Amino acid sequence: MLSVEKLTKVYRTGDKALTDVSFEVPKGQVVGLIGPSGAGKSTLIRCVNRLVEPTEGTVRLNDLDVTRLRSGELRRARRRIGMIFQEYALVERLTVMENVLSGRLGYVPFWRSFTRRFPGEDIAKAFRLLDRVGLSAHADKRADALSGGQRQRVGIARALEQDPELLLIDEPTASLDPKTSRQIMRLIVEICRERGLPAIINIHDVVLAQQFADRIIGLQAGRVVFDGGPAMLTEEALTRIYGEEDWTAMQQSAAEDEAAEAEERAEAKKMMRAL
Amino acid sequence: MSDAASPAYPTRWKRPPQMVTSRFWRHALTIGALVYLVLAIGTVEVNWQRVMVGLERGQRFVAGFLQPDFTSRWRDISTGLIESLTMTLTSTVVGVLISVPIGIGAARNIAPAWLYMICRGIIAVSRALQEIIIAIFFVALFGFGAFAGFLTLSFATIGFIAKLLAEDIEDIDEAQAEAIRATGASWVQVINYGIQPQVMPRLIGLSLYRLDINFRESAVIGIVGAGGIGATLNTSLSRYEYDSAGAILIIIIAIVMLSEYSSGYLRRWVQ
Repeated sequence: MLSVEKLTKVYRTGDKALTDVSFEVPKGQVVGLIGPSGAGKSTLIRCVNRLVEPTEGTVRLNDLDVTRLRSGELRRARRRIGMIFQEYALVERLTVMENVLSGRLGYVPFWRSFTRRFPGEDIAKAFRLLDRVGLSAHADKRADALSGGQRQRVGIARALEQDPELLLIDEPTASLDPKTSRQIMRLIVEICRERGLPAIINIHDVVLAQQFADRIIGLQAGRVVFDGGPAMLTEEALTRIYGEEDWTAMQQSAAEDEAAEAEERAEAKKMMRAL
Repeated sequence: MSDAASPAYPTRWKRPPQMVTSRFWRHALTIGALVYLVLAIGTVEVNWQRVMVGLERGQRFVAGFLQPDFTSRWRDISTGLIESLTMTLTSTVVGVLISVPIGIGAARNIAPAWLYMICRGIIAVSRALQEIIIAIFFVALFGFGAFAGFLTLSFATIGFIAKLLAEDIEDIDEAQAEAIRATGASWVQVINYGIQPQVMPRLIGLSLYRLDINFRESAVIGIVGAGGIGATLNTSLSRYEYDSAGAILIIIIAIVMLSEYSSGYLRRWVQ
């Protein structure tokens, strides 16, 4: 379980990115974090694993106060928190396998990682995860040889290789097309269900968030202005988060997208049966 | 559509002046610069008599260059050449090995401030002193010969490679390093996984480039006593053996061109 209490972040420039943010995420819950650009979504999830140092407040992961840890302890805490990034953030010149195995860096001594001699169970796990995300044939390819959707799957495998107790996911679909976006979101949510993993997904696509998250938190200028189930995300709530916009039209076109995709899948199934 | 219905738009456009917007100052600066150039050229004293004598000597030199003599001094030339090549290779390897930790320490985005200051200081010292000055210093310390040359080139390599490596590390894609840091990796692991793959091709390219710079420099510092082909060249020039000197120059040019082409090929290959 993750609990965030009165989290505040003021950047050195004086910009107040987060103000008094508090919430709890129980085991297995997928939280969609929405809000306009610059609302502090990225800062918030980076404060959880302290890639960004919070100014005030506490972050607790299963009763471990992450905000008080010193560097060695912080590294051990980070191993328990998997992170998936916008633009994938794979190391482009390394192979897919090396990228997945880099999820074990916090667990192995330097000489093992330097010589690429990871323990057998880590390697087996990496192969199992690559199989799970549908990339077992690509293990030896360089990461920059893959397509966007494939790279994000490697990113997911890398995060899971850590055996995390929490997933932090920063705009997982920002550089993907609508169909691949939905596939990636579906994969993430499925995996969270399989493992009972809590996740915070930072996402600017409201419709995707509503469709896949168990709960939505809306940020506006660094404050929580909405916290509830996806069904509670009314037009009035959206206007509170983003300001005035034609929400009905947007949801309609997204629904059409999804209907088209469902049709396509049914079509594919029919073809498979015919073959 | 550009038809007669829209005649109001101008057909000529000039790029507005970017640096000096006032017309008066623009012309004043141009004229001032020209006047200064003319006056400055006027102060250079030219002794035409000495130019004539020099030209005559130059002619003999060119003649020697056109009829190079590889054979009569071959023993000296080959010894100097082997010494130069040894000096070049060893100093590049040692220089690069020392530069890597210094370059990492001099990258602002990964090194703590105190380490950054120290490493930048080392780089500044190495770059401030020109090779010849260092060579004179090392020759005075360790005597004539290739050892002084080896030290000089290693020292110069540190300033060059460490600076460019540090700048390359500062330009990396931070997201890749951040992702590695987020897995709980230690500082050396972040460097090994998040940074090294991004800068390695450029480091190899720079090392190859430095290898051929070091060869050229080895010919220059030989003149001040640091051994190698430069010493041989200096001897043959002071003996007025322009045909042997021509042969040495041709060999230097050939080796530099060879390393230029092969390093270009290797750099494409490591991408």
